[in-house]
Amino acid sequence: MQHFSALALARNALTGHVGWQKQWRSPDPQPAYDAVIVGGGGHGLAAAYHMARDHGMNRIAVLEKGWLGGGNTGRNTTIIRSNYLFQESSSLYDHAVKLWEKLSQTLNYNVMFSQRGVMMLAHTVHDVQVFQRHVHANRLNGVDNEWLSAEQAKDFCPPLRISPGMRYPVLGAALQRRAGTARHDAVAWGYARAADAMGVDIIQNCAVTGIVRNRQGAVEAVETTRGLIRTPKVGVSAAGSTSLVMAMAGLRMPLESYPLQALVSEPVKPIFPCVVMSNTIHAYISQSDKGEMVIGAGTDAYISYSQRGALHVSTHTLEAICELFPDFRRLRMLRNWGGIVDVTPDRSPIIAKTSVPGLYVNCGWGTGGFKATPGSGHLFAWTIAKDEPHPINAPFTIERFRDGVMIDEAAAAAVAH
Amino acid sequence: MLLIPCPYCGLRPELEFSYGGEAGIARPADPSALDDAAWADFLYQRKNPRGPHDERWRHTHGCGRFFNARRNTVTDMFVASWKAGEVAP
Repeated sequence: MQHFSALALARNALTGHVGWQKQWRSPDPQPAYDAVIVGGGGHGLAAAYHMARDHGMNRIAVLEKGWLGGGNTGRNTTIIRSNYLFQESSSLYDHAVKLWEKLSQTLNYNVMFSQRGVMMLAHTVHDVQVFQRHVHANRLNGVDNEWLSAEQAKDFCPPLRISPGMRYPVLGAALQRRAGTARHDAVAWGYARAADAMGVDIIQNCAVTGIVRNRQGAVEAVETTRGLIRTPKVGVSAAGSTSLVMAMAGLRMPLESYPLQALVSEPVKPIFPCVVMSNTIHAYISQSDKGEMVIGAGTDAYISYSQRGALHVSTHTLEAICELFPDFRRLRMLRNWGGIVDVTPDRSPIIAKTSVPGLYVNCGWGTGGFKATPGSGHLFAWTIAKDEPHPINAPFTIERFRDGVMIDEAAAAAVAH
Repeated sequence: MLLIPCPYCGLRPELEFSYGGEAGIARPADPSALDDAAWADFLYQRKNPRGPHDERWRHTHGCGRFFNARRNTVTDMFVASWKAGEVAP
């Protein structure tokens, strides 16, 4: 792997930038691997990276039916935070934030992680009580979160309107300063480059069409559009398509797939210093380094794989944005897209073994998987390599729905979808 | 926004409707006779298909009635709709 540094940049600048190598290979699939990851999104690539780096597994393939960064990894609003209510969740997401803090150095790839702060607005007495409870619960769990008055919120984010005459006045806000954003494509590319350098085969345009099991029921191979690949371990990390892949092994999942929308405005000069979220009036917004306002809307009401959402869903969010930030009323929207997110009944993910020996699944991240990418990859790699969960992901099983041990962020998550 | 064929009122805009999830899931007649896995299956496991999906809708801001519809989850096109209690086409 060609090391990126200021010196390498200067050397290549002097030689006309013709010395840069391809960042990863495009190998043909081998007939057999020690493990196969289905899905080359951020989570799958991070898992392959950690399997190779931490567990000495070098014969690994990542199978991606499209191209790297073409799925939800390139379709999200890049928000990273760990201010979840329950201990299981805050441990999981803060594990990821700690890895994010070192990720650019770890991967030798600038993922543009920016701890600009995520501020969640409270508009009602109920919001104030819930968010203050969140602040206290987070601090007890060692996760930073603080309460701001409306005036302090406006100091932190000057474009915010806090007029008491608003339909939903801002009564205060919860601020996690360690939270922020990262460059989503760079996360996929950085993990792909680092995994490839350790021998992981990243195979794009290769869809899995079947999972072959032996007489004992254990995983033996995967059938793909590029032939049969033998492997004793399959890790499914397929986001919205997880139900479809797991059905190939005869498993039903507690998942439903919905389109989740986002949109970006025309680029403007730097005006917005942080991330602002409001679950009561349903809007979240930040500004990318290119200058676009990045806006997240909600999910459609019905399951769908269409990768687009209904116009009234994004309109609803834009109305809230215009109410909170009147300066943005004349901004034109440039692009609008949908990603297919897999949602569990308790809105918490699953990172676990399955009832099929050799089959592992990382799914159910719903509307907020990007933030967990490094942590999820680390824990999924551990689970596959050791055939047992890491203590952090041990509660995130499939069996929790049977046993009634939910991690019920549905009513308490920071944003309501 | 989808145009949804209510079998009572005809094509109406999506905003008038509430989604009711996968159709044809019957509540077990004797829940206490089920083990935990079978009960969790009833509560939480869903087909979540890519393609034709039989689902329930309620025309909340219209006739107020539940009905069933078949929609392709890739194109979001409705293929059929039928009244509750009728046999699926």
